[in-house]
Amino acid sequence: MVERSVVDPLEIARWQFGITTVYHFLMVPLTIGLGIVVAVMQTAWHRTGKDEYLRMTKFWGKLFLINFIMGVATGIVQEFQFGMAWSEYSRFVGDVFGAPLAMEALLAFFVESTFLGLWIFGWDRLPKRVHLATIWCATLAATLSAYFILVANSWMQHPVGTEIVDGRAVMTDAWAVFTNNTAMVTFPHTIFGAFAVAGGFLLGISWYHLYKRRSAGIDSVDANGRVIIGESATLGKNRDKTDYNVWIKSLRIGSAVALVSFLGVAFSGHAQAQLMFEQQPMKMAAAEAACHDGTGFSVLSIGDLSSPGKTTCDDMVAVWELPGLLSFLAHNDFTTEIKGVNTLVPEYQEKYGTHIPNDPMYGDRAGTEIDYVPVMAVTYWGFRLMITLGGLSAVAAGVALWLTRKGTVPQSKWLSRLALFGMLAPFGANSAGWIFTEMGRQPFVVAPNPSFEGIDQVFMYTAAAVSPGVSAGEMLFSLIALTLVYAVLLVVEVVLLTRYIRGGVGSAMPELTEHPDDKHKKDDDVLSFAY
Amino acid sequence: MDFLPTLWFILIAVLWIGYLFLEGFDLGVGMLMKTFAKNDKQRRVLLNTVGPVWDGNEVWLLTAGGATFAAFPYWYASLFSALYVPLVLVLIALIFRAVSFEYRGKSRTEAARNFWDWAIALGSFVAAFGVGAMLALSTTGLPLNANGDRVGGAFSWFNMYAVLGGLGVVAFCLIHALAFLTLKTDGDIRVRAGKLLARWLPVALLPLAGWAIAVVILNASGIALIPLALAVIVLLFAWKAATKNREVRTFIALGVFLIAGVATIFIAAYPNVLPSTIDAAYNLTVFNASSTPYTLKLMSIVAAFGVPMVLAYQSWSYWVFRKRIKESHIPEAHVVQSIV
Ligand code: HDD
Ligand code: HEM
Ligand code: HEM
Repeated sequence: MVERSVVDPLEIARWQFGITTVYHFLMVPLTIGLGIVVAVMQTAWHRTGKDEYLRMTKFWGKLFLINFIMGVATGIVQEFQFGMAWSEYSRFVGDVFGAPLAMEALLAFFVESTFLGLWIFGWDRLPKRVHLATIWCATLAATLSAYFILVANSWMQHPVGTEIVDGRAVMTDAWAVFTNNTAMVTFPHTIFGAFAVAGGFLLGISWYHLYKRRSAGIDSVDANGRVIIGESATLGKNRDKTDYNVWIKSLRIGSAVALVSFLGVAFSGHAQAQLMFEQQPMKMAAAEAACHDGTGFSVLSIGDLSSPGKTTCDDMVAVWELPGLLSFLAHNDFTTEIKGVNTLVPEYQEKYGTHIPNDPMYGDRAGTEIDYVPVMAVTYWGFRLMITLGGLSAVAAGVALWLTRKGTVPQSKWLSRLALFGMLAPFGANSAGWIFTEMGRQPFVVAPNPSFEGIDQVFMYTAAAVSPGVSAGEMLFSLIALTLVYAVLLVVEVVLLTRYIRGGVGSAMPELTEHPDDKHKKDDDVLSFAY
Repeated sequence: MDFLPTLWFILIAVLWIGYLFLEGFDLGVGMLMKTFAKNDKQRRVLLNTVGPVWDGNEVWLLTAGGATFAAFPYWYASLFSALYVPLVLVLIALIFRAVSFEYRGKSRTEAARNFWDWAIALGSFVAAFGVGAMLALSTTGLPLNANGDRVGGAFSWFNMYAVLGGLGVVAFCLIHALAFLTLKTDGDIRVRAGKLLARWLPVALLPLAGWAIAVVILNASGIALIPLALAVIVLLFAWKAATKNREVRTFIALGVFLIAGVATIFIAAYPNVLPSTIDAAYNLTVFNASSTPYTLKLMSIVAAFGVPMVLAYQSWSYWVFRKRIKESHIPEAHVVQSIV
């Protein structure tokens, strides 16, 4: 066996993949959720002609675009990194996995980018109806792209429609791949998760503006707590009564969206959990940090989560368990026993072996022992963080709906912090969900499908997937370079978003802030939008 | 079943032509941001000529990458992992370029605008050079072992072909962008672009032609001489049109030159998709690098539907934004005022 270098390229490649995708997925849910919300707002404007809907479309559309571009920029890395850092993986799965990726580009990204360009530059140039159609095309394509990529990802969680031919996975049934039951539940879960982000975003920002209108003395409340809407003359039309309508409507729409999405993620999440018990029992056991078979859902477990301890994890103690709930999550009843880690490890060892085969394909990792238990600290807390953050954000949305029933927000710093939390929490819930899903799949990059006869051989260890020809130094270079770039751009994005948020609707509609005397005559040829 | 892999080889060539033709001018426009444009107004004219379309153009690159993954996974895996470091640079360049388009106009200080200008200019240059180098190496060979992995270290891919291909694409993009600007702008920019075009066109197209000739010689391909001859004829035609200020003709001729040039390269390289410079037995070819007929058939159906659709709505988008842009069209920069 070759001596392994101090830094393992595999570890670096995994960090890089994780950082890049989690980063990409900060932008993605906002693009998907907010895009459709903006399209709905523009439709409302088209139908009613009300000024507030136009302002909502322009303001939220501006924030949408600032975010969208970062989604594009980070997405480009995603498309190439499979070949660059995971060449063995690409060779093994390309026949199946490349297809949804190529379709995503051809059928979704082209529509998304072309029609968004038409939407941005098409204001006042395209007929109104056509212009409305462009935003719908762009945002529906974003949802379609989510479907394709989730099909690809679900195949890694639960390979179907595939056979092994000459040592590689080969597609035999496209229908099975594209209707994979894993994808069918992951897709709604992810889309609802995206709407949770969009709802919280509307809620937090609108709250802020309503709050500032009150503290600036523009709006006030009467004896019954009902809002008295005011106007400020100093900033053009930027703070008139229509401006008030923009924020209150956005806030209430956002809260409703957030609440409904939470119901959506809860139901679809339940369906996912049921499939996971069947398809990846180890992931579920690790999500529960459950060493022994049982029926209870752990609300809090303590113990040494950090060292899975190969085959025993007896030092895990469930401090507080809800009896029967785990069984309910898995089987809709309260008594069926769920297998724990200690039961599962021998089963996995029997099925898939105790050591990585002595095959040159595995490089210097050949012959090493396989640890079938994912990092439990991550799966356990990832699962809980996802649910808790999502739940708290839904609570914040409910509270916001109640508090604003008389038309404005209370003058409370403390409650404003709750609104800010309601805005940020869904981002955290999404990241936690993905980190849980992806790390819970380890040590496999393509998890074996136990429920499907005949294709037991379709699986791949993450250790075997990394590019053999790429050195640790190269990986380290890209990890550092890309992470630095992401960090800088995240700061830029947040600064810009904040600036446009503080500017209010006027930041997206210059005509609102301009004073009548400096209004240059609008000539037909002037670009209505220009970089 | 040799038909399907060959069909997909052709399709991937078509995707690269689409990419180089469309993103060619927006990469070139990006590179011209610092040197060619004289002031902020002119920079904004340049940006707005490609504003509505650059992202759609870039998807041709993503699709070429995705289609290579789906149709030739071994090609995708070997090429991209072998060129790890240069591709990281290309990716960073593309990230900065994409972000700059959107964020440049939102900056408040001269320094910030200047930063984004440089990001667009350098980003476009590095991306064009990198893609050119990658394609050139894919057609002339990389030091690959039997498994298709690069041997000899992080920079063992470097050679004259990489430089030739990189220069070829950069120079083509610049010329193509000048021709594009003569069609899309009016006034000073149009006039200067036309003059530069007439002067530099033949020189700038030489590296690309050189790369095509190199691939023809390396593969001793007779049949590729036909498109090569066409490319040379079109080059002369384009030159003549440029000196006579025939803007539309020049632009079309450049497109035909690109098609003929890339066709020469791909025809000469066929059936190799990625030769190994270590041993010809390790060459990746259309046949040993491809996906199975089942997957290729599925992808062919999708492409038969998808590609015409893309061409249709992208053409429509160019038609919507067909007007020439003048400096007087550019509205005053709008400074975002904080109201809270
Ligand atoms: C559930 C949704 C989802 C997930 C899991 C991913 N993406 Fe993504 N991606 C999108 C949803 C999305 C999107 C909503 O369609 C984006 C976000 C912002 C945008 O512009 O489009 C996007 C952009 C985007 C782009 C740029 C498209 C353009 O230029 O317009 C590429 C190349 C990718 N993605 C590729 C990937 C790959 C290879 C992924 C897997 C590792 C991935 N994405 C995960
Ligand atoms: C955007 C949402 C996603 C997030 C946040 C995410 C997150 C992660 C994380 C954190 C890892 C590292 C796991 C580890 O190293 O233990 C990982 C690995 C991986 N994921 Fe995802 N993932 C996402 C989507 C996808 C999709 C859609 C695919 C495929 C289409 C995918 C394919 C992979 C692959 C190939 C790895 C290999 C590296 C590894 O297992 O370590 N991921 N992902
Ligand atoms: C009651 C609430 C929830 C339940 C029961 C639940 C359940 C699950 C389960 C079981 C998975 C893992 C699927 C797998 O690995 O096969 C998962 C993944 C995920 N969850 Fe949740 N979840 C809930 C709430 C949320 C919330 C509030 C969000 C975000 C706002 C969210 C976002 C995600 C994401 C992004 C993933 C990874 C992608 C995927 O596999 O779908 N979840 N969830």
